[in-house]
Amino acid sequence: MSSNSFSYNEQSGGGEAAELGQEATSTISPSGAFGLFSSDLKKNEDLKQMLESNKDSAKLDAMKRIVGMIAKGKNASELFPAVVKNVASKNIEIKKLVYVYLVRYAEEQQDLALLSISTFQRALKDPNQLIRASALRVLSSIRVPIIVPIMMLAIKEASADLSPYVRKNAAHAIQKLYSLDPEQKEMLIEVIEKLLKDKSTLVAGSVVMAFEEVCPDRIDLIHKNYRKLCNLLVDVEEWGQVVIIHMLTRYARTQFVSPWKEGDELEDNEKNFYESDDDQKEKTDKRKKPYTMDPDHRLLIRNTKPLLQSRNAAVVMAVAQLYWHISPKSEAGIISKSLVRLLRSNREVQYIVLQNIATMSIQRKGMFEPYLKSFYVRSTDPTMIKTLKLEILTNLANEANISTLLREFQTYVKSQDKQFAAATIQTIGRCATNILEVTDTCLNGLVCLLSNRDEIVVAESVVVIKKLLQMQPAQHGEIIKHMAKLLDSITVPVARASILWLIGENCERVPKIAPDVLRKMAKSFTSEDDLVKLQILNLGAKLYLTNSKQTKLLTQYILNLGKYDQNYDIRDRTRFIRQLIVPNEKSGALSKYAKKIFLAQKPAPLLESPFKDRDHFQLGTLSHTLNVKATGYLELSNWPEVAPDPSVRNVEVIELAKEWTPAGKAKQENSAKKFYSESEEEEDSSDSSSDSESESGSESGEQGQSGEEGDSSEDSSEDSSSEQDSESGRDSGQENKRTAKRNSKAKGKSDSEDGEKENEKSKTSDSSSAESSSIEDSSSDSESESESESESESRRVTKEKEKKTKQDRTPVAKDVSLLDLDDFNPVSTPVALPPPALSPSLMADLEGLNLSTSSSVISERKALHPKLGKK
Amino acid sequence: MLSLKWRLSSQLRSSCIFNLSNIVDRGGVFEAVNQAISWPLQLRVLAAFSASSASVCRGPGAESLTGTGVGKMIHSLFLINCSGDIFLEKHWKSVVSQSVCDYFFEAQEKAADVENVPPVISTPHHYLISIYRDKLFFVSVIQTEVPPLFVIEFLHRVADTFQDYFGECSEAAIKDNVVIVYELLEEMLDNGFPLATESNILKELIKPPTILRSVVNSITGSSNVGDTLPTGQLSNIPWRRAGVKYTNNEAYFDVIEEIDAIIDKSGSTVFAEIQGVIDACIKLSGMPDLSLSFMNPRLLDDVSFHPCIRFKRWESERVLSFIPPDGNFRLISYRVSSQNLVAIPVYVKHSISFKENSSCGRFDITIGPKQNMGKTIEGITVTVHMPKVVLNMNLTPTQGSYTFDPVTKVLTWDVGKITPQKLPSLKGLVNLQSGAPKPEENPSLNIQFKIQQLAISGLKVNRLDMYGEKYKPFKGVKYVTKAGKFQVRT
Repeated sequence: MSSNSFSYNEQSGGGEAAELGQEATSTISPSGAFGLFSSDLKKNEDLKQMLESNKDSAKLDAMKRIVGMIAKGKNASELFPAVVKNVASKNIEIKKLVYVYLVRYAEEQQDLALLSISTFQRALKDPNQLIRASALRVLSSIRVPIIVPIMMLAIKEASADLSPYVRKNAAHAIQKLYSLDPEQKEMLIEVIEKLLKDKSTLVAGSVVMAFEEVCPDRIDLIHKNYRKLCNLLVDVEEWGQVVIIHMLTRYARTQFVSPWKEGDELEDNEKNFYESDDDQKEKTDKRKKPYTMDPDHRLLIRNTKPLLQSRNAAVVMAVAQLYWHISPKSEAGIISKSLVRLLRSNREVQYIVLQNIATMSIQRKGMFEPYLKSFYVRSTDPTMIKTLKLEILTNLANEANISTLLREFQTYVKSQDKQFAAATIQTIGRCATNILEVTDTCLNGLVCLLSNRDEIVVAESVVVIKKLLQMQPAQHGEIIKHMAKLLDSITVPVARASILWLIGENCERVPKIAPDVLRKMAKSFTSEDDLVKLQILNLGAKLYLTNSKQTKLLTQYILNLGKYDQNYDIRDRTRFIRQLIVPNEKSGALSKYAKKIFLAQKPAPLLESPFKDRDHFQLGTLSHTLNVKATGYLELSNWPEVAPDPSVRNVEVIELAKEWTPAGKAKQENSAKKFYSESEEEEDSSDSSSDSESESGSESGEQGQSGEEGDSSEDSSEDSSSEQDSESGRDSGQENKRTAKRNSKAKGKSDSEDGEKENEKSKTSDSSSAESSSIEDSSSDSESESESESESESRRVTKEKEKKTKQDRTPVAKDVSLLDLDDFNPVSTPVALPPPALSPSLMADLEGLNLSTSSSVISERKALHPKLGKK
Repeated sequence: MLSLKWRLSSQLRSSCIFNLSNIVDRGGVFEAVNQAISWPLQLRVLAAFSASSASVCRGPGAESLTGTGVGKMIHSLFLINCSGDIFLEKHWKSVVSQSVCDYFFEAQEKAADVENVPPVISTPHHYLISIYRDKLFFVSVIQTEVPPLFVIEFLHRVADTFQDYFGECSEAAIKDNVVIVYELLEEMLDNGFPLATESNILKELIKPPTILRSVVNSITGSSNVGDTLPTGQLSNIPWRRAGVKYTNNEAYFDVIEEIDAIIDKSGSTVFAEIQGVIDACIKLSGMPDLSLSFMNPRLLDDVSFHPCIRFKRWESERVLSFIPPDGNFRLISYRVSSQNLVAIPVYVKHSISFKENSSCGRFDITIGPKQNMGKTIEGITVTVHMPKVVLNMNLTPTQGSYTFDPVTKVLTWDVGKITPQKLPSLKGLVNLQSGAPKPEENPSLNIQFKIQQLAISGLKVNRLDMYGEKYKPFKGVKYVTKAGKFQVRT
């Protein structure tokens, strides 16, 4: 390759001197020069000289022109040797452009590209994170198989970099390396596993992207990071959000049981659950229900909701499909408003969103009915948008709105856009079949259209009327007569064929007209379209069978014409029909049944939406848009019958959890009894505690939901009380661990200690609630000291208070992990794993600490459900 | 040095690409690069090289072009102008031949109208997702499943960035700034996945061109690329650049509302709603933390936010609390609930008729103010797409001027202001193609107008507070109401 270029340049010789000077002067506006040296390979000689000059400005100029060539798709590969020399340039812009060049041509010039590698390797060690990141970016973009080991090493190092930005780039590099050399998969998965644990919002999106590409089937890698991802989601950048939401949708479908079985009922109960936190019966009812939503499932649904407000259409769509696929049916309604909002966007977004709405509106009409008018068509919409809107309007049509819709359709039928007008007629037909009340109205309307001046409109009407009449042929003799008359004027083959078929089918109802039509058709047979010819044959056959006296000769004449037709299809059909209907010695038993064959009752066609079969694709995907399975499409699995073990999402190491379980259970029983008795005594104090909590709730109410990490850091400034509390909680938690053995019996004592330590406000935070949370904790099989977990516990405490003890244990255990923020809380990670033989009393100690942190969570709840706050 | 050359060549004697003569040919390069490369590293590279020299023999690119795990997301981007020239291409992975665009051209031909080119096209080996913006097609090449909206949204973001940088997103602007375009694309997408799309960050990485700077650059040899490295990507506030300084600290908000409506023949409203946006222009030093509150926030039915807004504050208090990006940006867009009755500021009296069996028709429209809240309606324009059979129009406006394009059949009447004393009207004759049947339907009228100092929904900004900085900013709010998709059926 390059030797070629050399010879080119030699050929070019020196004749270019004059032009060369010209080029040099035009340096100020490099773009202006494109025209001059297009298609002139020889000129590259001067670029080479410029690249070799000592001046940065000349080099920069040359690089700019080269990038211009690349942009135009011209081949600049012969300059590789000259360009690659500048890879170590001090000038940032030259460097950048060299990178651009390298990434484009390294694949073609692998040997030379290698010479630049060491520069990147050095840059990977640079103290500036941006330089490290960009070096990694370019290094991984050079698609040269030889450097795979170097890339692997670089990725591994970068994945442990202190800078999240570098780690983000490492996540991107994983995909590049994987596409370069799939054999590295195992090693890359290790890196992905490591990066998935990352707590930075910068990294999350990119690493999930890498996961989706390299090992989308390794769902086990997600378990431990599930809650973290849910909680980080709001603060991840938009593009990462889309990828994560899609991945979590798939995840949820494999890990949770279907919430759809008793959708509506469930919804009611949940509302009650939140609103009536002192109504015991409601809750116990809920507990008795066979289906309880996994709190992790709920977490995902809740944490994605704010993203419906995103300015990014892709994010909104991603959340919409998540709600569609995994939320209880009764809750999916909230997405319609946001989707309708997207319809104000540009035509491409409209197109995709309308397609998805079309699919949704087939299954759940109610969702979009309130927005019916948003789908009204404007004459300025592109045709593809118009037809999609029409599709949705049809899906939404019902007895209540059909009259309004038909009035609207009348306008559309007259549209100048004839393709759209034809689609409208189809639509009217579908409405007529779907809504029996208006069938006659529609039919009359369509018959009126038969006298329309536009042929396409008339033809479409005929086709639709044919379909409608097929459903209830008996009463419509008049219409058939009217259509028979139209045969003289209509020329569109489909319409003519439809009329003929209709007459043939109903030939006994219009005995006078049918033979006459056949006579006319026999005359024009030779000049008809093939489609029409076939129907003439059919009509002839049917008449022959029902009315052979009048039509025998005519039919035979037509069959003779058909016999010598140019089209073999028609010749075949003619032969077939002749054998079947004309009795002779050879025609076997079949001809006896000819009448039954030809005039059999035919089922009416189903007028269905073209979007009917699309719902098996995940919404919002390319496959859904194309209605074809695209390469790399990942199926959305069906809900599992039985939910897989939810404890896999708990964050501590599994072995540890196992060790913990027995101890916890033993303790749980003990304290459960105790707690029960205590709580009855202390009902008053528990009330007071709820009061104090509601106060703190209103204080921190402005923070709203504090489910996400980024915000909790913001919180720290304003909501200092809870923050301090949690910190002190953490500290004392460690303290407690150390003193675990000492404390083993002093449960009550440690409670009061903790109360003093951290909770001025809710000093009265009664031991009952503290203890109740301890029960919670022990029932969860791990992580007693994750403060966030206990947040969830204490939240539950406030809601359910002491009555909880009556409830079944198992679901409670599940709920405990609801707000497991532990794994994304930057501070708490290094917390030493608790010794397996942690004494039960210690757990009680820890509970006291946790009570205070609960206030922020409660406030969140209150923000969500104002009614709770009032109580 | 010599010995290295020798080792190299002996190891790779069999290599079809890398032979001794080649090295000698390129001796210059080799040495030049050597200066920058440390010895042990080079040896490592060479070792790796020799180990896998067999794969080199297969020839460049053989591996990755046919490779299995071909990447996701955006593979390549082609920019195509209206006449079908591909004037820019950018590849983030292996190069995809321009010929893939032939499928696009095919679809374009079939669609007849640019507006009807399907945004997603399937070809045997790729998928093409395209957007149409400012007379340009942005065609992206995709190889595997990806949410189409993801790509579409990103392409629009690219076009927005060009607009932001060059003042317009046109072929000429892109061609003139091809290097910046390339640098931008490089920053915005890594391996087909969006990297930096926030304007604040991009502007720090790559300075937008100005006339002054290009002159200065040409003299001093300095560049458009930022010398200092940005911090934004790395901070908690990825949309705001650090170290912002202004002598005059200002914050302006434009509340812009658009009325979308369909008015039927008789003048009654079929459908109407208000879509609003608040665009902000914030020039504040440091890290200001703003909160904007409304007199009547309940009006806002559905809102979408710039990422800077704290969702929770809005949920709980209906206050917009945010640390703004620097410069111009869209703070929120909202819809005013359709339950509320929408005031329609103008009415149109129209009588358009085409006579049967005659080659002419009559055209007469008059515009008047309706519920305009006492403000003047200005900037009125009426656009009508006349039926195909219309040959020409002879009209007389009482005010403003009109044009009729006999090719596209578009009638445009630039009215200007309405003065209630004398309502503007446009009357005259329509010439039809003789012999053609008269049009079925009368054309609908698309109306544009503008009302200054009014938000038609009644939305009012209550106050703007700033925390986190000491100075007193200058604050301003402006209200405008416009016609959005405002259509009158006739």
